Amino acid sequence: MKLLIKNGHVVDARTGRNGVFDIVIEDGIIREIGKDIEITSSDLIDATGKYVIPGLVDAHCHLRDPGYEYKEDIESGTASAAMGGFTSVACMPNTNPPIDNQTVIKYIINKSKQEGYVNVYPIGTITKGQRGEELAEIGELKFAGAVAISDDGKPVMNSSLMKKALQYASMFDITVISHCEDLDLADEGVMNEGYQSTIMGLKGVPSAAESVMVARDLLLAEYTNTSIHIAHVSTEASVDLIRNAKKRGVKVTAETCPHYFSLTEDACGDFNTMAKVNPPLRTKKDVEAVIEGLRDGTIDIIATDHAPHHIDEKNIEFNLAASGMVGFETALPLVITYLVDPGILTIEDVVRKMCFNPSKILGLNKGVLGEGRTADITIIDINEEQIIDVNKFKSKSKNSPFDGFRLKGVVYHTIVNGKAVVREKVLL
Amino acid sequence: MNLKRKDLLGLKDISAEEIEYILDTAKTMKMILMSNNKKTPHLQGKSIVTLFYENSTRTRLSFELASKYMGASSANISSTASSVAKGESLIDTGRTIDRMGTDVIIIRHPMSGAPALLAKNVKSSVINAGDGINEHPTQALLDMFTIKEVKGSLKGLKVAIIGDIYHSRVARSNIWGMTKLGANVCVAGPATLLPPLMEKLGVKVYNTVQEALIDADVVMGLRIQLERQKKGLFPTIREYSRFFGLDEKRLMLAKKDAFVLHPGPVNRGVELTTSIIDGEQSLINEQVTNGVAVRMALLYLLTRRGGMSEAAN
Ligand SMILES: [Zn+2]
Ligand SMILES: [Zn+2]
Repeated sequence: MKLLIKNGHVVDARTGRNGVFDIVIEDGIIREIGKDIEITSSDLIDATGKYVIPGLVDAHCHLRDPGYEYKEDIESGTASAAMGGFTSVACMPNTNPPIDNQTVIKYIINKSKQEGYVNVYPIGTITKGQRGEELAEIGELKFAGAVAISDDGKPVMNSSLMKKALQYASMFDITVISHCEDLDLADEGVMNEGYQSTIMGLKGVPSAAESVMVARDLLLAEYTNTSIHIAHVSTEASVDLIRNAKKRGVKVTAETCPHYFSLTEDACGDFNTMAKVNPPLRTKKDVEAVIEGLRDGTIDIIATDHAPHHIDEKNIEFNLAASGMVGFETALPLVITYLVDPGILTIEDVVRKMCFNPSKILGLNKGVLGEGRTADITIIDINEEQIIDVNKFKSKSKNSPFDGFRLKGVVYHTIVNGKAVVREKVLL
Repeated sequence: MNLKRKDLLGLKDISAEEIEYILDTAKTMKMILMSNNKKTPHLQGKSIVTLFYENSTRTRLSFELASKYMGASSANISSTASSVAKGESLIDTGRTIDRMGTDVIIIRHPMSGAPALLAKNVKSSVINAGDGINEHPTQALLDMFTIKEVKGSLKGLKVAIIGDIYHSRVARSNIWGMTKLGANVCVAGPATLLPPLMEKLGVKVYNTVQEALIDADVVMGLRIQLERQKKGLFPTIREYSRFFGLDEKRLMLAKKDAFVLHPGPVNRGVELTTSIIDGEQSLINEQVTNGVAVRMALLYLLTRRGGMSEAAN
């Protein structure tokens, strides 16, 4: 049976296609993209008035499986991803046990095939047990299916070890994703160090805790002539450092997350633990710099850092509350509302930053809408508004500071390998 | 007037009128406190629980005596920080206390915002007796009461707060409260112990203690936590007392009729010299007495919300 998507506004970054087309999908593959295609005996999705883009690719999420299935598991996590328009997600290795061996990689890949709504790509650790002491078996991780390595959640504090990781990983052509946080500078702070931390009496994390390590990693990548990907950029100084490094020819790519261009530290006011994330929400100046970095191409991709937590891990004292927020189901509306609507990014830019670039950085054959390609497709209405209701999240967790926000942009259909997993906003 | 609020979590979100009302009520309470018969029926039939996750003999005793003098039945629960870490939920503890018919829960907690979290989840009134490095509103109220007693008003007074501002909930509450009552508050201390962007709170930040002291009407020393030195926030106690401590020579920079406050207990010879602590300009002992009066006032006003008769007055 064929699937025909009619009259959608097709946008693709790689092929440059940008206009109203019909798409024919058969056996999970895009067979034809053209005008006024008529076929009988096919399933039909009418995409009139909507954008048809490559399925979103998330280079940074936490599925919590194995080990923390009470927060999220592969089924609920990928359901949440599908509702958000993501067709491929790369999950970070801070599971229990961590993804530092091929057994866990195989477990995730197999379980995703059985229970997952979308494609799942595991990210391995940089160091054994994420302890920051010895390199993990990076070659073996890559061979087993890891698409990148990262100790996300923790920095690799030892600079010499980080240098070795970059050198060693480059032999296997696997991307190193760095969680930049100088733990001594962060010094157990729980939010951005600034006006809000001063008036709430919470210990602050200076923005330099991030930027200092961004600088270190850029210098190491430059020195070793290897490439590096900087996770969740949140500060003005980090954006400047990356911009300058790119000018010098350093092989760096960078990501930010929707909360770093849509919220400031003010969201933590009244001890709102839903806004507790790591790195912490910053100031208006940082938000503006992140937006400018997205606009001028310094920041290559938008990742969710989807970090589900159980309500009991959030409904407690701010110091004790877990860091992170549910990301999949609000990412696209936040991008539309805060970046596309004000004219900072075009839809082509969004496709580049949420489909094409992430898939390139992870070495996936995704993120492109073209004939002969796997039919991973997302269909969105960027004019329709919705009010975010965390109780409707498909994620097991409901930790989001965006509950009640009125946002523009609705995911209508998510098609994975030619099969609609979300149809007319409903998870199938 | 009536206090409409259920809780007293801090002085950040309270009006100048409310503060004045509490301080006025405390005047009456001080008269009771100074009399021979310290038994009044203001809190008869009320149940008050102190829930302390941090040790504090002074503050706790002050609250307990305040409750007892006014006829309340009181109980106390001590809990250590380790039980917080063990995951005994503050909300569950609070709800349990609530169910036992408690009217007021007085909480001290090592984490900022804990009283606010508790207040959101219980029916009882919650009084913050110190949370993390956030606020210690009853201490600030007693400080303001003490100043008013001597100076009549805070309006236009220069109040210099000296020391570890970063970790001081006393300083934070005083800054909120005193600026609302019209005082000119300034701070000085080691740069490592000053939180960023203090100026936005309406406070003047000085680089030296001397500058802060010039023409001050009130000088407040803060307790230095000796473990901060081990964390590298200042080099040695000796250096601290040399550059940031208060001695008689430095105090001469302040106005002649200036006086000295300290939330106690004082590290003698570190924040203040013994001659200042025991000297004529010190109101440190008066602060202790006033603490009981202010807490009596507050307990009375919070339990009266919902329209108990004025007859008890
Ligand atoms: Zn991270
Ligand atoms: Zn992460």
